[in-house]
Amino acid sequence: MRQLLAGKTAPILIVLLAIGLFWYAAAIWMNAPWQQTLNQRAGLENVSAIDFVAQTWAQDKPLLPAPHQVAGEIWNATVGTDIASKRSLAYHAGITLSATLLGFALGTLLGVGLAVMIVHNDASERSLMPWIIASQTIPILAIAPMVVVGLGAVGVTGLLPKALISMYLSFFPVVVGMVKGLRTPEAIQLDLMHTYSATPWQVFAKLRWPAAVPFLFASMKVGIAISLIGAVVGELSNNAGGGLGVRLLTGSYNGQTIQIWAALFIAAGLAALLVIAVGGAERLVNRAMGARP
Amino acid sequence: MTELAPPSPDAMAVVRAQNLGLTFPTNDGDVIALSDVNLTINKGEFVSFIGPSGCGKTTFLRTIADLEQPTSGTLTVNGTTPSDARLNRAYGYVFQAPALYPWRTIAQNVALPLEIMALTDKAERIARTLELVNLTGFENKYPWQLSGGMQQRASIARALSFDADLLLMDEPFGALDEIVRDHLNSELLKLWARTRKTIAFVTHSIPEAVYLSTKIVVMSPRPGRVTDIIESDLPAERPLDIRETPEFLRLAARVRDGLRAGHSYEE
Amino acid sequence: MSRLQTVLAALAAAVSLVGLVLALLAGDAPLPVLCTLLAGSLTAVRLRFAWSIWADGAVMVLSAVAILMALPAYDSEPLFFWLALVACWAFAWLFVERLSQAIRQRQVSGKIFGLIIPLIFGLALLFIWEVVTRGANVPQVLLPAPSQIWARLIDSVPTLVADFQQTFLKAVLAGYAMGCGAGFIVAIIVDRSPFLKRGLLPIGNFVSALPIIGIAPIMVMWFGFDWQSKAAVVVAMTFFPMLINTVAGLNQSSSIERDLMRTYAAGYSQTLLKLRLPAAAPFIFNALKINSTLALIGAIVAEFFGTPIVGMGFRISTEVGKLNIDLVWAEIAVAAVAGSVFYGVIALIERAVTFWHPSVRGGRA
Repeated sequence: MRQLLAGKTAPILIVLLAIGLFWYAAAIWMNAPWQQTLNQRAGLENVSAIDFVAQTWAQDKPLLPAPHQVAGEIWNATVGTDIASKRSLAYHAGITLSATLLGFALGTLLGVGLAVMIVHNDASERSLMPWIIASQTIPILAIAPMVVVGLGAVGVTGLLPKALISMYLSFFPVVVGMVKGLRTPEAIQLDLMHTYSATPWQVFAKLRWPAAVPFLFASMKVGIAISLIGAVVGELSNNAGGGLGVRLLTGSYNGQTIQIWAALFIAAGLAALLVIAVGGAERLVNRAMGARP
Repeated sequence: MTELAPPSPDAMAVVRAQNLGLTFPTNDGDVIALSDVNLTINKGEFVSFIGPSGCGKTTFLRTIADLEQPTSGTLTVNGTTPSDARLNRAYGYVFQAPALYPWRTIAQNVALPLEIMALTDKAERIARTLELVNLTGFENKYPWQLSGGMQQRASIARALSFDADLLLMDEPFGALDEIVRDHLNSELLKLWARTRKTIAFVTHSIPEAVYLSTKIVVMSPRPGRVTDIIESDLPAERPLDIRETPEFLRLAARVRDGLRAGHSYEE
Repeated sequence: MSRLQTVLAALAAAVSLVGLVLALLAGDAPLPVLCTLLAGSLTAVRLRFAWSIWADGAVMVLSAVAILMALPAYDSEPLFFWLALVACWAFAWLFVERLSQAIRQRQVSGKIFGLIIPLIFGLALLFIWEVVTRGANVPQVLLPAPSQIWARLIDSVPTLVADFQQTFLKAVLAGYAMGCGAGFIVAIIVDRSPFLKRGLLPIGNFVSALPIIGIAPIMVMWFGFDWQSKAAVVVAMTFFPMLINTVAGLNQSSSIERDLMRTYAAGYSQTLLKLRLPAAAPFIFNALKINSTLALIGAIVAEFFGTPIVGMGFRISTEVGKLNIDLVWAEIAVAAVAGSVFYGVIALIERAVTFWHPSVRGGRA
């Protein structure tokens, strides 16, 4: 038992359990007033405490749905529904996922390209770097609706506007990380390449790039998480296209709290999967490159 | 110092510096790193450069390697400019730190210059040079799996792998402890005897310089300059206990005197 | 000159020359544009004579002014106009390229001119934006010109101020203070319990990678349409970065430093105050800086889900619907300035508090 508690798994499980219990308790407390109103309207009196608690966990549009209600909705809306149907959360998650991945790929390419340019050219570093750092401090996500509507007005709709938002969110961490990474080789290592009369391309391919790979993965983990946020927020401005953001928005208009929570958890699960996938790729590449285990 | 020019005066000279000077501009004014250095390193010699920090010994080595550009005088390497010598891959350079790439195995690290210079028979060269530095069997280890001394030996193998006749070594054993250093010194002498390379070796240890060298160049700082050039008369065969012989101690005393004279104005 | 500089110089002169010929053939070209194209063509003399870096800078500025003056003259700009723009861009790039080389070689002061280079880049971006949107008649719904945005910004100051008050002064600041404060306090509590550290931290790390912003509709339902719900979103977004960074920071002090405190028989709170919190300061400020941006994003996006009829996010989402894109850009400009100032203030406080840290001593924020 003591060994179990000393590890990480047991504490995490216990904390999760505590959160679950707290959630059920909060559901009773938050849903109780409305349940009382409902019971009065229905003329129900003398509802036993146990029944009342069960009622608060089974409302149609509860203020706070109980965990099992959210889990049930997720099950129904993914496994229980045809994947091509517009009611399927898997269908909407697929839309969000494709925008996320496209934007992430574009953003990473753009970020790496800019970083290579910045590291190899003094003038572009001096011109670009201060703006790239400054732009980290402004809430660029606010541009999302404008990108979607502006591009929509000139006929560009669907995946691309959302992917563009994801792209401009994810390229910042990649640029900053890669500039740092491409600069990690020490003077002594660059001198060594100089004594071999290596070409700039050889210095890049054999020294700078491998040295920067760990930084690339660290930035990509940040990048993919915010790519997903960009895609979801992009969807808020275009109800027609579908996606998890649209499910959040329609759920909010119709007061379908269970639907909101289900979409939220699917989005969280998606984010987790994506980060884990990048982390897995990182571990594979690191092992191939002989990193200390 | 006038020379009656024979047909090929530099036939034996691998490195030849004449009135060499190098000045670095800094925010606090110019720093004279090298001033009026005249020196010839002949083929097959083992030349040590010794002096306190700031005396320009590393700068001189870096100038030979075309990592710094002299501001006055002339310097030839194999009869050409340092830049051409570098392009001809005339020398191997060993830095203070191993500077091995952590993402490459030892064999891959040794293969790095071979890849860049597009040389053939990589496997044979890797096996041969790792054998020279006694690292056979460690081909597939990563640098961090080796001790500091072994890492530095791997970096020497990397400098030897492309068969340059000149080896430039910048305090290669400076970061190692005394016992490992003794061992590597005797290994280095054996390696020098087997390969007949020309070696330029920077150090700040008097015993190391005397033990290894056929010629010791004593330098002193502000401005960086050569104060003494000592030809060693020790025999070619040097067991480690040669360091207790009177000949050895006499040479060491002369080096120490040279160093003291170089910056007597400081004390 | 480097190869890149030679290519740029050749490009600038050649484009100017072609533009000059076309402009002369057109006959009605405005005089300033003609003059700058002529000056640009004349830079070809640098093949034989030294051409000062400042002369390149002057050609850049003059051609930019000439292009702006010529903008209103046409309904649809002729080819030589665009060539003048390309030449102006090439001169700007060449100037920046030569200037950074001069800084590298210590011919000019890096302190002053190092600031001028990004400024030139920013102005060039604005300039090209202005000229292309107006010159090529880009639909206003896609991208309004900076001058239009500026005019709109001046016109709608009262609206923008009201939105700023609602979103920034109420939702962002309140949520930021509560979220960071709660994260900090929980971190101190968690730090005392190794069990909680092991259990809560992995979850906190995990949660901060999630799209927390999605809870906005729920918060609107719980706390109503006004700023309180936005502040709640901000609290949720800022809590976890603060928690994780503070806990990591509290582990920063070395065992030697902690042993030293033990030899003084210092108590928990003394060690916390005198050693561990100061050592954690760089991490805490890191979280404060990350959170300053997150807070603004959280408040603005949360307003997309419903607000009283005021607020930056509300304005952005409704004016986008009405295709008043210039007002949206004005709002974004306000948000950008607010975000940078917010971040800048925290960075300044950080410099004052953690002056001892290598990243601050090194001279960079």
